[in-house]
Amino acid sequence: MKKSLQNLFVAIIYIILYAPLLVMVFFSFNESRSTSVFTGFSFKWYAELFSSRDTMTALQNTLVLAITSAVIATLLGTAAAVYMYQIRNKVWKSTMKTVTNIPMMVPEIVTGVSMMLLFVFVGRLLGAANALSFWTLLIAHVTFNLPYVILNVLPKLNQTDPHLAEAAQDLGSTPLSAFFKVVLPAVIPGIISGFIMSFTMSLDDFVISYYTTGSDFQTLPLKIFAMTKKTVKPDMYALSSLIFLTVLVLLLIVNIGQIKQDRKNKN
Amino acid sequence: MKKKSLLQQAAGAPYIVWAALFIIIPLFIVVYYAFTDKTGAFTMDNIASLADYKETFLISFEYAFIASLICLAISYPFAYIMSRKGPAAQRIMMMLVMLPMWMNLLIRTYSWMNILERNGIINNILENFGMEPLKMIGTPGAVIFGMIYNYIPYMIIPIYNVMSKIEPSLLEAAEDLGSGSLSKLRRVILPLSMPGVISGFTMVFVPSVSTFYISQKLGGGKVMLIGDAIERQMQTSYNYNLGASLSLVLMVVILVSMVILNRFAGDDDLLI
Repeated sequence: MKKSLQNLFVAIIYIILYAPLLVMVFFSFNESRSTSVFTGFSFKWYAELFSSRDTMTALQNTLVLAITSAVIATLLGTAAAVYMYQIRNKVWKSTMKTVTNIPMMVPEIVTGVSMMLLFVFVGRLLGAANALSFWTLLIAHVTFNLPYVILNVLPKLNQTDPHLAEAAQDLGSTPLSAFFKVVLPAVIPGIISGFIMSFTMSLDDFVISYYTTGSDFQTLPLKIFAMTKKTVKPDMYALSSLIFLTVLVLLLIVNIGQIKQDRKNKN
Repeated sequence: MKKKSLLQQAAGAPYIVWAALFIIIPLFIVVYYAFTDKTGAFTMDNIASLADYKETFLISFEYAFIASLICLAISYPFAYIMSRKGPAAQRIMMMLVMLPMWMNLLIRTYSWMNILERNGIINNILENFGMEPLKMIGTPGAVIFGMIYNYIPYMIIPIYNVMSKIEPSLLEAAEDLGSGSLSKLRRVILPLSMPGVISGFTMVFVPSVSTFYISQKLGGGKVMLIGDAIERQMQTSYNYNLGASLSLVLMVVILVSMVILNRFAGDDDLLI
């Protein structure tokens, strides 16, 4: 009795969690343009999606931004983690950690507004008419991605044996080659998950992008926002279903990688 | 050893510069805008006009607080049930909790609007059964529901993380020492899961209190939260100074309450 009540509770929560996703996928196949009355099955919204130049541009923009910002954040963040790992001064170390956490503690809207104001301020100093562009958006994305890379790489560094790199140097490695041959391979899983997290965060971000992008650069979440201001056609659901599928595949890759890692550790 | 240090010092330089330019300075720029007018002269007007937003602030904090409490009430038993399952079941349940988060919040919220609105899915079903349609969109309940729905995984995950680390032997020991299930919960599980509860609470509260999309879509334009006020100033009225002062107050209130919460929790795990 108690068990079945528990299962019922869990089932209800999952049904609520997935209800809007089911609605989305279901109505993306609707024949009519309604998103609440289903009239018949059709692929036409998917076809329309791929023939819409606007949407394709936004998709391309989103991918370019996500890849660029994730690459920059991964490089900067990994270097930062290597640096933070060896800080001995306690006050400086906790300062660095706190600063790293700021973008995660402050509400997104405040991060977005604060960066927008910085860009507007600098733009005004430089006398530029339009301060916001792809570049400001890129800076913003790198900034909010950095903590995710650092938080993934730093724990992996903490797990490595500091004597390994020293041993490599005693055996004649230069510090640089000791790093690349001994330390880096040990933290690679952290770097990869940091990269993938950054990539998906960037892909999904709306709030910060909304405040920091220029009018000439639109990403998919921004386009979705603009579309939902009016009554939405099922093509937006088709688009979202496709994004969801992409993220699902990425997540599965990460999870399978982790399961393999777990098994390796067990053996 | 010493040489390595030098190399690692250099590795930190780009990040230190980046963090100073794009994390620290923007916060000061917000302060600067909050205390100046359009010409850049010092003024207290923006701060003074915050008085008009007292109601907005109170409503935002009230709704976010209610949403966080309900999230907690649902997540706690949920995480407990999850942590008592077998390892494979736990992994799958966790993935199923996290999956919806990867769908864009805008879409999930819009989809709920489709379900709840006047001519939406629920009302269509009700009408088929000859029942009166319900008014859901535009009520505070719908906005609070939207907050709970979108952010509940942030509550479940940290609570589950601490609960799954509680040793089963600890619970057995409590039973052997004569604890009933209620006292087991109160004296063993509850204290040990407190850090998870507190980080879950902040992770739900912060995005809830600052949201603007959820209130726009599910509030039907009738509910204005602090996020809506900021959005309006920044994107419609172009009054950056007022927008900055609203953001500043929001940020300060949140940071102060987080410091208090963390002190209360006596744990600095939040900082890495």
